[in-house]
Amino acid sequence: MLINLIIAGVGGQGNVLASQIVAGAAVKEGLTAVVGETFGASQRGGSVMSHVRITRGREVGPLIPRGQADLLAALEPLECLRVLRVFGNRETRVIMNERPNYPISVLQGEAAYPSLDDLKAEIGKLARLILSFSATDVAQQAGSPVAANVVLTGALAGTGFLPIALDSYRRTIAELFTGNARELNLRAFELGLERTGRRVAQSPRRLD
Amino acid sequence: MSITGVKTDRPGQAVLLTGNEAVARGALEAGVGFASSYPGSPTAEVLSILGRLAAEFNLYAEWSINEIVALEGAAAASFAGVRALCVMKPDGLNVAIDFLTTLAMSGTKSGLVIFVGDDPNAHSSIKEEDSRYLAKLAHVPVLEPATVAEAKEMVKVAFELSETLRYPVIVRGVTRICHASGNVVLGALPPREKAPCIPPEERFLTNPGAVPAYHQKQEEKLRRAAELELPFNRYEGPAGAEILVIGCGPAFLYAREAVASLGLTDRVGLLKLGLTWPLPEKLVLNRLRSAKKVIFAEETDPILEESVTSLAARHWSAVGEISFFGKNSAHVAGPFGPGAGELNVDIMVKALTAVAGLPVPEPAVSPPQDPPFAPGVPVIDRELAFCAGCPHRASFWAVRAALELDGRNGFVTGDIGCYTLGLGRTGYYLLRTAHCMGASVGVAAGLSKLARLGFGQPVVAVIGDSTFFHAAVPALIDARYNQARFLCVVLDNGTTAMTGHQPHPGMGINAMGEKAPAVAIEEVVAGLGIPCTIQDPYDIRTTVRVVFDLLQQNQLHVLVLRRECALTAARQTKKPRVYVDQERCLGDACGCVRFCSRVFSCPANIWDAAAGKARIDEAVCTGCGVCAANCPQQAIVVEGRE
Repeated sequence: MLINLIIAGVGGQGNVLASQIVAGAAVKEGLTAVVGETFGASQRGGSVMSHVRITRGREVGPLIPRGQADLLAALEPLECLRVLRVFGNRETRVIMNERPNYPISVLQGEAAYPSLDDLKAEIGKLARLILSFSATDVAQQAGSPVAANVVLTGALAGTGFLPIALDSYRRTIAELFTGNARELNLRAFELGLERTGRRVAQSPRRLD
Repeated sequence: MSITGVKTDRPGQAVLLTGNEAVARGALEAGVGFASSYPGSPTAEVLSILGRLAAEFNLYAEWSINEIVALEGAAAASFAGVRALCVMKPDGLNVAIDFLTTLAMSGTKSGLVIFVGDDPNAHSSIKEEDSRYLAKLAHVPVLEPATVAEAKEMVKVAFELSETLRYPVIVRGVTRICHASGNVVLGALPPREKAPCIPPEERFLTNPGAVPAYHQKQEEKLRRAAELELPFNRYEGPAGAEILVIGCGPAFLYAREAVASLGLTDRVGLLKLGLTWPLPEKLVLNRLRSAKKVIFAEETDPILEESVTSLAARHWSAVGEISFFGKNSAHVAGPFGPGAGELNVDIMVKALTAVAGLPVPEPAVSPPQDPPFAPGVPVIDRELAFCAGCPHRASFWAVRAALELDGRNGFVTGDIGCYTLGLGRTGYYLLRTAHCMGASVGVAAGLSKLARLGFGQPVVAVIGDSTFFHAAVPALIDARYNQARFLCVVLDNGTTAMTGHQPHPGMGINAMGEKAPAVAIEEVVAGLGIPCTIQDPYDIRTTVRVVFDLLQQNQLHVLVLRRECALTAARQTKKPRVYVDQERCLGDACGCVRFCSRVFSCPANIWDAAAGKARIDEAVCTGCGVCAANCPQQAIVVEGRE
């Protein structure tokens, strides 16, 4: 088994944390996880990506080859398409936050941000499956828009694509945070889970 | 990303650790007693973790003023019988190299391990430096982990090796180790008991009268290192393979995955080296004897490649005819050419395909950008930018405005930190030089000294607070002594922000979280006899005037623009609400050409296309209110500011 998951977003959106929750939960399941991050540009508005590779004991490098992402969890629509074009294939399943984060060139009026409909149409054409909603709005319900990363992680968990029990995610979140942040993120995870959990529970299609 | 895994005392348990966490854990399992570093990507988290665990594990950890002081401290600990870890970025090894070259001569006592994190592709650095060159220069052995789990084991073995040889040992990580995560099986955490002590007969000298003898001893230690049996050097694949991959670090795993994906497992041998300098020659020679084609998988420069080709040349009669493929032959190369950028599986697939004479493989899955899926929607590039509310944006705006008012074609020199982004759009392209830590001050001083030759442009150096302590002080002493006349702007956001908010001498706290005497920048500057002004950049109108007035003085002056980093401030205080009163905003009829979103360009200032008015993205805004001061219609409202 080798499952390749990419978490894509913009620096500051909490990419790294989302990948740590998934990989940490995988290790709790007795699986082998390896994560390759790009950070440093994090918090500074650049495109960021985490490569998460889950195996049963097989040792692989931290980078996913071109065209070999099985799953793409995108915290931002434009980043979703950017990554899908390079790392996706016709079997890739996509979970996406619909809330745009505008590049500086768009804010300055030099470039136009594509419409969400166009983005979703192209992503839908390229990928096998796209599940999208505004994780930022759901995070707002949980208490803070910055928890969109954990909402999306909850939605990813809810799909059941990954062979990881929900409690392993919850325990990982509980370990990574303390106090109010723990409560917020556990709430965000559950709200994200609700967005996909029921739908997929009827037809689980685990990748392993 | 959790300290819990690093300190868990359950030998045998598997936990997820980052490479930096694994290095910290390896040091703890080796009984480290002293750890020092200056924050640098991609290694900054190692010392952060050890600092937080210092009390619990009875060790000493410090953020040193710079890397050479860090290494001198670590060496002292080693002399006194305490195992020491010194952590740095490759640029830091440049700073520490003068001491390291002599430390290798004097030798050490207790284990001294230097962990250096190279950054192929410069994901978070100013350059792609291969620190192995400096290891060779200093005659110091280099170990390179291929996985996060191996990083932990290697640090432990490096301490042993250092003690066996009484010699410093470098462990070279790369970004795909430091900032990667993986399963790590925890080992035992030994107690540390012995009190540091230096017996009367022990000395750690270099001696100008006996240098060749010292040098001879170093060569002897390297020979011994090359002959050690290490678990990190191993071969997998068919016996007598004609195609041999020699690799190290994560690049070895890329090569192995490429071999498997091309179905070459039966044809290609894989020699993994954990010790890459000095080269374990016997082991490599054994494999070269059967090989006809050798491919190299290593990050950045062709160091292994050159060691192995040189070895083969010395033993040509024994190894026979071999073709070598790597960076020198341009077979192992990404889009920027050999040695530039980082490796991945796809690059190794391309190299192996060519060397094995295979047809270019049809990918099992084709990326959707290939036909028939021609790209439709434009994917706009995302430039790096100062965070919303970043005080640097206000500072750069003020310096830019003052220079325009001044009108003498002022020249701004830059330095290393978040504010290096000031070379781009987000800093209004203000920076005209960007080199190494502290260079802004030395270059500015040098330019201003050209006044005697007729140079008439005002000069401004822009440097951060942590970088000021690390590298600006000698250059400022030079500036005073040699009568340079420029404005040194210190962007003091009260932390080492770029690498993750590590403490520095100005902050009144140390790496172990203890209170420490704060060294105020203005006190240092006053001690140098240089006039100093302090200003809050959020008060942007006053700041423009202050910068302008100082430019008119044509004197050496330090201006501290002091305002806490927006990221740390956001963690602590309830932020004011900032919004656009769309009744007041005139939109494109204003004549401000969308000043807030287009010109000032904070990511929180967005354009509401439906209304044709400016808007604030409240998910991004930190509530600094600087844009409100700039709006000609005063349409931006700040609510709830203290």
